[in-house]
Amino acid sequence: MEDPTSSEAVHEGIAHAPVRVMSARVGLGQRLLNLRSRRELLRNLVVSDIRIKYKGSALGLLWSMLNPAFTLGIYYLVFSVVLKNGYPNYVIFLFSGLIVWNMFQNAVFSATGVIVDRAGLVKKVSFPREILPLASVGSAVIYFLIQMVVLIIFLFVFHHAPEWNMLEILPITFASLYLFSASISIVLSAFTVYMRDMKHLMEVLLQLWFWMSPVVYSYSNSLAVQLATHHLKWFYFMNPMALMVLTFQRTFYVQTLVHQTTGNHPLIHMLPSWAPSSFLYLNSAMLAVMIGLFLVALSIFGRLEGNFESEL
Amino acid sequence: MKQTVVDVADVSKSFKIHYERHQSLKERLLHPKTGHSEDFSALSNISFQMEEGETVGIIGHNGSGKSTLLKCICGVLQPTSGEIRLRGSLAALLELGAGFQLELSGRDNVYLYGTMLGFSKKRIDQIFDDIVAFSEIEHFIDTPVKFYSSGMYVRLAFAVAVNVNPDILVIDEVLAVGDERFQAKCIDRIRRFQQEGRAILLVTHSADQIRALASRAIVLESGNMIANGEVAESLRVFRGHLLSDVPSNNEGGGPLGDVHIDSVTTPTGSFDVQSGASMHFDVHITSATAYSGNFVLEIFTRGGVLVSRSDSQGAPVNLRPGSNTVGIDLPNIPLLDGVFDINVGIVDPRGSNVKAWGEKVATLQVTYGGRQGGLVELDATIRQS
Repeated sequence: MEDPTSSEAVHEGIAHAPVRVMSARVGLGQRLLNLRSRRELLRNLVVSDIRIKYKGSALGLLWSMLNPAFTLGIYYLVFSVVLKNGYPNYVIFLFSGLIVWNMFQNAVFSATGVIVDRAGLVKKVSFPREILPLASVGSAVIYFLIQMVVLIIFLFVFHHAPEWNMLEILPITFASLYLFSASISIVLSAFTVYMRDMKHLMEVLLQLWFWMSPVVYSYSNSLAVQLATHHLKWFYFMNPMALMVLTFQRTFYVQTLVHQTTGNHPLIHMLPSWAPSSFLYLNSAMLAVMIGLFLVALSIFGRLEGNFESEL
Repeated sequence: MKQTVVDVADVSKSFKIHYERHQSLKERLLHPKTGHSEDFSALSNISFQMEEGETVGIIGHNGSGKSTLLKCICGVLQPTSGEIRLRGSLAALLELGAGFQLELSGRDNVYLYGTMLGFSKKRIDQIFDDIVAFSEIEHFIDTPVKFYSSGMYVRLAFAVAVNVNPDILVIDEVLAVGDERFQAKCIDRIRRFQQEGRAILLVTHSADQIRALASRAIVLESGNMIANGEVAESLRVFRGHLLSDVPSNNEGGGPLGDVHIDSVTTPTGSFDVQSGASMHFDVHITSATAYSGNFVLEIFTRGGVLVSRSDSQGAPVNLRPGSNTVGIDLPNIPLLDGVFDINVGIVDPRGSNVKAWGEKVATLQVTYGGRQGGLVELDATIRQS
């Protein structure tokens, strides 16, 4: 029904138009279908999100590279120059983990308050509400991809080859990273409507979470090693960010066992000495869990969104 | 066969009303039990249907559940129970420009708002020029909307919603946008929608607008549907409820709501009149108490266009207990050929409360033998100067 001009055309169109049902609760399958049919809105929201963020700033999108570059510089200065941790090629190690963490943190942090911030929209226009937190995750994905480009430039500059065998695992890890960020974002955005403290709480929790994940320090310095002596290593990997960070580090930093550049050059485990096949196995298992988690997050959101109107 | 495009089946919606809102963690921890809430029923068991090509008006007081019903139909709210089935695309104008991002240009907002209403980028590409032309802001389309005047802002939003050509258009009291010329344009567009067989659901306070646009009207009263039918009949019910409501906000001056318009008669008993002739009506009113209010006379065409509304111009009619007669003189009726409906009513001196109302209490038949066409005699003299 392109441009119906007569009532016949409308009549024809209407007879074949799909019927939408609005009732007390939207089923999970319907939720996924709704999301799929509104992906153009998701794209538009992501684009406008990024545009607004860098509107009027002279450097614009360049900030999404400069910002993590400064963070990287500070950590490098503190850990490598001042504290002399002696990790060779520390910048590559740090950046390959930081990139994963940044995506998660950007997504969760901006998604937490998104429903509350856009209450006017939520109360007046009809669209699947989970699109709002998903748009925050979408913007985080864009920043992730930009930082990925920077990482690749770094690899060239430092003449540092990645582990080619691991590259095929990265899409799986990235899918997990996306689904995990999306799940947490969706649930937190809905919680915040009922409990406005969430945003402040997350600021603290995300910091703790960051230091719990092996981004700035080597695997041998992580809790995992101590937990392993009590046969509790599995507990460390309850934090999905740990495996994601390690997979990225293993891919781009490559060496698991290195000589420190300081002291009397002892050998340290920068990364767990698993074979790429183990990484593949663990990442696949994690992806399966994340798909389940995403569906659970959508259902939780569905339960909570019914009362948004009276809480906003 | 006409398709049903909106099917509202037994829809109820209740809200929780919080007496003490604890939204921060501290308050929730400190007062886990307080902050009780109560269910408030905003809609109860509403059922109605709309066919394609129908224009349905919804009227009701503030708080009668009009907007809640509309929001349920648009999918902004989920009904607590019951179901709403929609066939075809829907565009809702609940609040103009609610989806606009102030920092973005008009152009970006057209795309963002359009996709928010559920239309594809391809579709918006096709009609982008129409949207801009309709909104009349060609020169500012690439300016961020934060620099727009409020008129430009709503014009752009309205232009998007009507130009995406939805199968169902839902409008909530937004026809009062822009200047008179733009309003006329909006009404025009709505009439074209009607001709094209699209369904329109309209919420407004203005009885005139309902009369002029709707083919059917629904009256809501504290969440219940108390009328669903012909516009005139629904308006009568609506006004009837206004009257029965009056005792609750009694502001002194004796018991209210006890004035009733019985009938309208003419000395000859006939309502047929020659155009240009004079006419006299007698309005018979029964009142339980003495009351002094303002008298209102409205004349409508059969098409629902208000021809004239006049009142007793500050000089109140003083009703005595018992039966009263108020006379109306129309010295020379300028109306041309046609059938006209007459409404009479009594409102309080401030004009804020309707005391008694008679919808279509009489029908005037005007005959005219001259050459002029239209509604009224202008007596124009045309000569070359």
